[in-house]
Amino acid sequence: YTSLAQQLPKEPMEWRRSYGRAPKMIHLEANFVQFKEELLPKDGNRALLTFPFLHIYWTDCCDTEMYKASVKDDMLRWQSTLRLHGSVDWLIVVVESEAKKKNKTNILPRTSIVDKIRNDFCNKQSDRCVVLSDPLKESSRSQDSWNSFLTKLRTLLLMSFTKNLGRFEDDMRTLREKRTEPGWSFCDYFMVQEELAFVFEMLQQFEDALVQYDELDALFTQYVLNFGAGDGANWLGSFCAPVKRWSGLLLRRPIDMEKRELIQRGEANLLDLRSYLFSRQCTLLIFLQRPWEVTQRALELLHNCVQELRLLEVSVVQGALDCWVFLSCLEVLHRIEGCCDRAQLEANCSHTVGLWTYATEKLKSLGYLCGLVAEKGPTSEDLNRTVDLLAGLGEERPETVNSLQSPYKKLNEALSSVEAFEKHYLELSQAAMEMYRAIGRMRSSRLIGKSLAEFYMKKGDPERAEGFLDDSLRSYVAEGWSLQVTHTRKQMAECQKLLQQTEDYLQTSALLAGDANLTEEERKHFYQVILTFASQEQKDWHPDQTVALSMAAFAQLRQMQFSPPGAVVHVGAALQLELRVRCLMPVAVQVEQLAATLHFSLEQGGARGRAGGTQRRTGQGPQGQGDGVVLFPQGSPLAGAGMGASLPPALELYEMQDRSPSDSSLNSTGVVCKNMHLLLRRHDSSASLDTPTAGALPAAVAVDDGAQMLRARDITLQPGDNSILFTAPTGEPGSYTLRQLCGSVGRVQFVQSHIYPVVQYEVYSQEPQLTIEPLSDNLLAGIPQKVKFTIATGHYSVKKGDALQLSNTDSMPILHSSCCSRALSVQSSEKVTSISLPPTPPYHTLEFQLEVLCHIPPTPFKPDIERLTNGEVRHRPKNHSQADSGMIHIDQKVSIDCPWSIYSTLISLTFYVPFKAKHSILSAGKRKYIQVCLQNVSDTNFHLVDPVLTERQPTIPVELLSFNAKTQQTVCSQQSVFCLWEMRWVKHLPLCLQCAFSASFAPVSASDAHTAFKPYRYEFQLDRTLYSLKAEILPSSGDQHCRTGALCGLEVSITRQAEPSETEGEEEESTEIEGLRTTKLMYEVVDNSSNWAVCGKSTGVVSMPVAASATHRVQMEVMPLFAGHLPFPNIKVFKYLPHSAVPAIQPDTDSCLENDTMSLLDKGLDDQGDTASIRSRGSIHSVGSGEQQRGLPMPRLEPFSPGQVFYWSQGRQVLVLPVTDDHVMEVNVT
Amino acid sequence: MLTRLKTQVPLFSMNSYTKLREKLKLSGLSFASTHSHVIRLGRHSRHNSKMAVCIAVIAKENYPLFIRSVPIQNELKFHYTVHTSLDVVEEKISAVGKAMADQRELYLGLLYPTEDYKVYGYVTNSKVKFVIVVDSSNTSLRDNEIRSMFRKLHNSFTDVMCNPFYNPGDTIQSKAFDSIVSAMMVQAS
Repeated sequence: YTSLAQQLPKEPMEWRRSYGRAPKMIHLEANFVQFKEELLPKDGNRALLTFPFLHIYWTDCCDTEMYKASVKDDMLRWQSTLRLHGSVDWLIVVVESEAKKKNKTNILPRTSIVDKIRNDFCNKQSDRCVVLSDPLKESSRSQDSWNSFLTKLRTLLLMSFTKNLGRFEDDMRTLREKRTEPGWSFCDYFMVQEELAFVFEMLQQFEDALVQYDELDALFTQYVLNFGAGDGANWLGSFCAPVKRWSGLLLRRPIDMEKRELIQRGEANLLDLRSYLFSRQCTLLIFLQRPWEVTQRALELLHNCVQELRLLEVSVVQGALDCWVFLSCLEVLHRIEGCCDRAQLEANCSHTVGLWTYATEKLKSLGYLCGLVAEKGPTSEDLNRTVDLLAGLGEERPETVNSLQSPYKKLNEALSSVEAFEKHYLELSQAAMEMYRAIGRMRSSRLIGKSLAEFYMKKGDPERAEGFLDDSLRSYVAEGWSLQVTHTRKQMAECQKLLQQTEDYLQTSALLAGDANLTEEERKHFYQVILTFASQEQKDWHPDQTVALSMAAFAQLRQMQFSPPGAVVHVGAALQLELRVRCLMPVAVQVEQLAATLHFSLEQGGARGRAGGTQRRTGQGPQGQGDGVVLFPQGSPLAGAGMGASLPPALELYEMQDRSPSDSSLNSTGVVCKNMHLLLRRHDSSASLDTPTAGALPAAVAVDDGAQMLRARDITLQPGDNSILFTAPTGEPGSYTLRQLCGSVGRVQFVQSHIYPVVQYEVYSQEPQLTIEPLSDNLLAGIPQKVKFTIATGHYSVKKGDALQLSNTDSMPILHSSCCSRALSVQSSEKVTSISLPPTPPYHTLEFQLEVLCHIPPTPFKPDIERLTNGEVRHRPKNHSQADSGMIHIDQKVSIDCPWSIYSTLISLTFYVPFKAKHSILSAGKRKYIQVCLQNVSDTNFHLVDPVLTERQPTIPVELLSFNAKTQQTVCSQQSVFCLWEMRWVKHLPLCLQCAFSASFAPVSASDAHTAFKPYRYEFQLDRTLYSLKAEILPSSGDQHCRTGALCGLEVSITRQAEPSETEGEEEESTEIEGLRTTKLMYEVVDNSSNWAVCGKSTGVVSMPVAASATHRVQMEVMPLFAGHLPFPNIKVFKYLPHSAVPAIQPDTDSCLENDTMSLLDKGLDDQGDTASIRSRGSIHSVGSGEQQRGLPMPRLEPFSPGQVFYWSQGRQVLVLPVTDDHVMEVNVT
Repeated sequence: MLTRLKTQVPLFSMNSYTKLREKLKLSGLSFASTHSHVIRLGRHSRHNSKMAVCIAVIAKENYPLFIRSVPIQNELKFHYTVHTSLDVVEEKISAVGKAMADQRELYLGLLYPTEDYKVYGYVTNSKVKFVIVVDSSNTSLRDNEIRSMFRKLHNSFTDVMCNPFYNPGDTIQSKAFDSIVSAMMVQAS
């Protein structure tokens, strides 16, 4: 049989199973036993393990007689026995052997026996009879038959097995269905189903075996739950028995027969059953290569067991469960370690760490229970308890007796002495923490660390506890878990108290005193701690040594308000600062001093006065919206200080205005985010752990003693919001920034090292300023007008007797005015007007008015050069022609000596000349008339009287007859008045006539009597014609008319009209060439309207003899560009001053002659009048005013005065014909 | 005609509400599908007492937005438990991987059991974490019910976020949210 038993499992068989379960290949193994009738199963005995599946009848009979005589009967009897027991699985094996055949030959053919047997027994199932020929021989025939026999055997065996298994399962189910019946016992059922599991296990079907156990597990769990719900079953009674043994899981044996027997007997308690069940599951899982499931299930099991025991109200000795759990955890871990290598274990510590932690917890609670943690060591009561617990462990299992690290030994040892306990506990904790850290569960790791710290605290070892507490505290603060923070901080305080870390302890106490999570009493207690320390007598301490604590724990800044709100004041002014503080202490605090250190920085340069200050104000950002209020950002009260770190900082937007420096007009404006670098930083969720926290103190809260401080003494801060008023020092100009806030209570100082957002105020110092402004828009020259003097005293206080000294000028006398002499007296001497000022405090404004008058300079010719006594040119009227209004204005500088300065202040006032005069000569036949046009260019209406024209050189006998009205005339704004004189002369006309026009005027509005009419003078010069210019355009030879595109001749003749006079000789540059006096002229032909193209030279210099009717002719060629009546091109003549000559006429630095002449080239001769007259005046009056600075001696051009050149051809036109053979007709539509 | 108009009014407002929710969903605030929620409603009525002992909402930065536990028990212990559970939450989130983050299921399942409690986790797409702690002895609570509790919680949380007066990042003080949470907590017995 042995060979058979060995051969059978060699080949796998396909196993088809009922209920649609997937077929599997299995290896069959069988035991062969001698047939005995008693082995046949009785009804009801369902032991599957010992069940005979297949009955085989072996015979080697080959004799028919013998068969008939004995074998057949025997077989019949066997068959009937089988039938009696309902077994239909049988097989008859006929063994044939050659040896036997030889002995009994020819009696019957060998097949006949087999046939007979088949006939007799196998009616339909011919396969139930197998012939096995000569199994002991090595022939191929015997081998074949052996193999086919084996196959058959396997098939039949499996068939029978399946059949029986199915029946067994059915029975089992039936049994399970009966579970509601009263007599049902779980233990019996357990045994039945476990047998099934065993069978599966035997067949290597661990999965199926596990299913059986899981089903049992679930069923049991359900019963327990139902029990909990009040639906108890009787059989559960045994499981509710008090637990007497808590020896932990036993996972080393495949089957714990001890426990199994207990279950079989129905004596197992809950722990026994669970332990057994789990040990089986564990075994199977390890067979299945799923060790990590073991750990997971183990944890569940342990939790579950604890719960179930509680639910079933099983009485357990205190601590026994802890022992059981501890042992079980370690046992599971040992088991896992046993079947995995180190690398695997490390890679999977996330699975095992739970068990480690659980074991640690349990050991800890055991330690507390047995008094192993207390400082004094266990009491006798504790010892008794320990003994009880150890007794419950029972004897150590034989499997582990020899191993040193068995859970049993560990627990025994740990509970036996304080030292051993500590060692084991630390070992476990460290292991668990390291594992957590390895898999990145920092929080869990810290939690263990914290409980370790608690352990150390209990042991009276605060040094080692501190690190763990600190670590935990940091993480809680960083993540804003306030309850944990409070709790850990309390422990920390305890720890620091023991460690004598006074400062840290006080800081923690301060934080705790302000912690809203604590009760009022606790907070008061911690507050008292601080107070006690603060008021303590200073014995060993250095007298002025104080303890600096962070302000954050003590109070929160809410807002700060400046009054005045601008936070910009002048030196010495009162600036108050109202600080709102939320005090976090539980009771009112008497603060001896609250001081804010100021950082003082000098402003760059005094130029940044008020303007700088206001600009700063606009940049105060959203927190101070111009009302001087600075709000401090608040974290949510729940999260406390930690929130600030985890929340993104608020946007800080600032208004930015870019003004151009010159006229302060707005160039651009925008919004700037100042803390962009903070906002745009990437936020890591993990980074929050690294942020510095308030839990650990900032390394040093240094109290810096600034020179400047805001102080408030003896304040009582009530819990909640308080308002404190500071008076800010404004002693020196500059900007003050609040740096540090410090509140002192006795020896304790609460310091807030930085005040954020930045709070600052500015103190400025202003120089005294004097401004003079006209009352009206424009000051008009010639009439008395009021100007306003404004004195901003700035830092200077005006004392009695201080006076303004105004240097008088002749052109602008200061008139005494009656209206403003109330507080000040004006005294005029010849040179100086002095105004004595009333005493005025600093930073005030004085205003008064003075009446001034500016004389109109006798325009346009030869204004007087005023010189002051000190030789300095104090008054230098500068005339510009204003393009927009056409008004000539005079800048009048006033020199004022102020009492606060050793320097004189120069202030310029601008006066506008209200009139503009023009003259022209009108001719009627031989009569000549002089017309003067006086235009009022101001906005004021004037009365005009007495227009007079005089001749300044009375030697020349010219008579001027007036045609003007004698009465007063009114010149309205922007209107003109014309005056006319006839000029009569006796002998001959002088070359040049100096005339002066004068009139008196007064503003219409001020028509009262005392307003005198003021004079207005206008001087001008009339010149005789010096040259006459004649131009002629001649068509090209043979033509009658000029034609477009054809060259024409242009003949210019210049004729000298008059003899040179004495005066002229000075002005005109003449040279003696070969005894003949000549003067050089330059002519230029310009065509502005582009009618003509000048061919060849358009300019040239001619020498004119200085004699009457000397004529010079110039020929040139021009070409008309258009047809029609074309005006002549312009011809201009200038005085030509060669470079060799010493320039007799030097230009004033103000008026650039060269520029002027160049511009004149572009202008037509017609509009030369006004401007040229002014310019030439400028050039004349500056004679002898110093050396000319121009480097290059250039030939210069100078235009003639109006009237000196007469143009005969002015306005002449010439007819130009179009070219006849032009095919293209040009039509100009204009 | 008038009646038709009347019925249309609530329909419209419903639409706009759904639109708002759609928007929120797009912007990363995920939303539990409403129809499955409706199906569950029938079952809720059977369990008239909800079984959570502690419910916490934790911000993306891991500070608590809301935490509430059964008042009679040790509040501190729950805080510790919830805080520690963040470890597992983070582990589970990172285990899913970045690419799959969009398709990730919000419900994280059982985070870890302790002897007394079971801790379940749920993470919204915006990384706001919900943690429900259930008493271990309370075995009648199935996974599905925990899921539906989380969904309900999420819906309510979304409503809180929709509130224009709520400043994201602040602790939740909504009464509606509070009542939802209270309904889920086991009655103190």
